[in-house]
Amino acid sequence: MNKEISISKKQKTILSLFTCLVFLALVYVGDMLTPPTSSWGMLFTVLEKGSIYALVAVSMNLLNGFTGLFSLGQAGFMLIGGYTYAIFSIPAASRDSVYQYFDGGLIKFSIPEIFSNALGGVLGELGYSLGEFIGMFVPMIMAGLITAGLAFLIGIPVLRLKSDYLAIATLGFAEILRAFFQWKALGPITNGSNILRSFSTYSSPLFPIIISGLCIGFIVLLINSSYGRAFKAIRDDEIAAEAMGVNLFKHKQWSFVISSFFAGIGGALLAMFSSSITTTPFTSNLTYEILLIVVIGGIGSVTGSILGSFLFVACSEWWLRGLDSGAFLGLSFGFMRPGFRKVVFAVVIMIIVLFYSKGIMGTREFSWEGFLTFLKNLPGRLINFFKAFPKRLADFFRTLPAKIAGLPARMKNSLKKLKTNTKHGKEAR
Amino acid sequence: MTKRNILRVSDVTMQFGGVVAVNNLNLEVNKGEIIGLIGPNGAGKTTAFNVITGVYAPTNGAVSIDGQVVIENYPQGKMKALYKGQNAGKYADRRVLTPDKITKMGVARTFQNIRLFKGMSVMENVLVAMHTNLEAGVFSAAFRRNRKEEEKMHDEAMQLLRMFDLEKNKDDMSTSLPYGKQRHLEIARALATKPKLLLLDEPAAGMNPQESDELMHLVAKIRDDFDLSVLMIEHHMQVVMGICERIYVLDYGALIAEGNPQEIQNNPRVIEAYLGVDE
Ligand SMILES: Nc1ncnc2c1ncn2[C@@H]1O[C@H](COP(=O)(O)OP(=O)(O)OP(=O)(O)O)[C@@H](O)[C@H]1O
Ligand SMILES: [Mg+2]
Repeated sequence: MNKEISISKKQKTILSLFTCLVFLALVYVGDMLTPPTSSWGMLFTVLEKGSIYALVAVSMNLLNGFTGLFSLGQAGFMLIGGYTYAIFSIPAASRDSVYQYFDGGLIKFSIPEIFSNALGGVLGELGYSLGEFIGMFVPMIMAGLITAGLAFLIGIPVLRLKSDYLAIATLGFAEILRAFFQWKALGPITNGSNILRSFSTYSSPLFPIIISGLCIGFIVLLINSSYGRAFKAIRDDEIAAEAMGVNLFKHKQWSFVISSFFAGIGGALLAMFSSSITTTPFTSNLTYEILLIVVIGGIGSVTGSILGSFLFVACSEWWLRGLDSGAFLGLSFGFMRPGFRKVVFAVVIMIIVLFYSKGIMGTREFSWEGFLTFLKNLPGRLINFFKAFPKRLADFFRTLPAKIAGLPARMKNSLKKLKTNTKHGKEAR
Repeated sequence: MTKRNILRVSDVTMQFGGVVAVNNLNLEVNKGEIIGLIGPNGAGKTTAFNVITGVYAPTNGAVSIDGQVVIENYPQGKMKALYKGQNAGKYADRRVLTPDKITKMGVARTFQNIRLFKGMSVMENVLVAMHTNLEAGVFSAAFRRNRKEEEKMHDEAMQLLRMFDLEKNKDDMSTSLPYGKQRHLEIARALATKPKLLLLDEPAAGMNPQESDELMHLVAKIRDDFDLSVLMIEHHMQVVMGICERIYVLDYGALIAEGNPQEIQNNPRVIEAYLGVDE
């Protein structure tokens, strides 16, 4: 048996705080020192986008993994959040060129600019940038609130639906929303199908990392509270939850609204990350990407969603890039043409979903004890692994034909499991 | 001297399409009583529980809890033509409450086929049932502004677990418990909602005579300690006859007998109903 490592609560807090600070300091210093031309610049892109995806994935997990609501509206909610932020953050002077087809648009002010001018008038140079920075939080929080408000309204009819219908309804809603935002009549606000740009954005990768981190922190606190237990009860057995006094609709509504709030914040961060926004990226594809991250990480594990996000973004944006440009780990083949990355990526994902149907983490979470025990046992494990490696390899090839023959049946089973995991079909007894 | 009435089921008929599962049921539970509800398989006992707890709205009839009518219905819509029961014109109100509201009013239940929260620990299963009486809102709970309340919940949950000899299992997954302990946990969980009336659906199912004997004493102890009333469905006659003050017998949805254990044991219609089926 492995010896467990145990540490006190206080030690854990200190360890966590320390790790966070070191990580943030490293990112800050690294970002300063890395020249813009270096290929390591990609690392910071991954950290930024990964943390934004992590926030959205965790917010989706709150619904799918912790409340058992199979909702597919995430892209739609990110869209609202992104647009809300952008619309209220384009400086007045840029509005004529951004809204060139709509006479400079309906809204003529930028909230960050208002703050910037107000503080700049008092504090001078520093005040302008400080004011803009503070002012960015206002449209960002508006992004969350408007998204949450809309989710509340949609939730009233939709959350009474059974699981499968809920997925279809939310997916349909997200698609309708996308068309709606492109509607010409709304052009003075949304700029129709044209791009929104020039809005205030962050300058350091620390910004999305810290904001996402704080938001995820809140979600974790919520999950571990009495309300989180009620969510999990609904996920495990709606009928028993209701019989124990949990108001199903009220709690589903809370989970849905809070999840959407953070999807809205995620959308705003994504708009900042890209420095521009159109409706194009917010298709159901985006929702499926997020769902994939949740499944890969483990439905019902916050840690899993975070890990999954960074892995996903790193693979799609960085590590597998070489496959498209024809040079990957020193290999080079003729079929490594643009698009090949996606083929490899799809295969990797299929393998993960088929053979790790519970995802990387299952429903487990990160804990210092678990992590330290893991580290302590790592050398021993590695030694054992390499000792057993030849035998394993031989076994693998010996059983490979049988495995391949059993693949179709296995695939069927996995799909079935996936369906029952995102459960429904309970009878009242 | 009349005791305070806790539950009154009046003329309740529950009809699914053409199937009359419960037919004009009348029953009452007074404060401090342990009442039995028995009958052959498919007699409609669980359905009666589902009506009382708000899972199904009855087709006709009313249910009152602690003197207050909380559920009432009469045949409406397409049921008007389909209705096969009695007292069709007697009720004219439609009043339905969701199960969580009924629980909040002080009626807790267990399930015939155990329904624990599978992804949660033993302790969490009990804590969830306390959520209904939580005072803190979402944000104050998330930010732990209700630490005192949360601590109190934990203490009370611990007490309940101790009472059912489950404190050593508090961090185990609920489904990893042996069968008998899962049944105990279901009762502990129901008690955590602070009920006035406890509905037990075959609590001794699958238990051997010794275990069901222990359960019987436990139920009596719960009644005394928690100052509540119990309505239990049970097939083990030794349990029912041992602790129930009164017994109601259902057959094909209808009440065929009511009385104390002695009367029920000697009632020819009950004997016939049971001999006609099994046991
Ligand atoms: N939701 C439903 N829809 C249709 N028929 C139902 C429904 N629920 C119960 N019934 C029917 O009502 C009848 C009574 O069932 P119920 O489960 O109440 O019996 P029971 O007395 O609890 O039996 P057991 O001792 O087997 O638990 C059965 O014929 C059953 O098929
Ligand atoms: Mg039954």
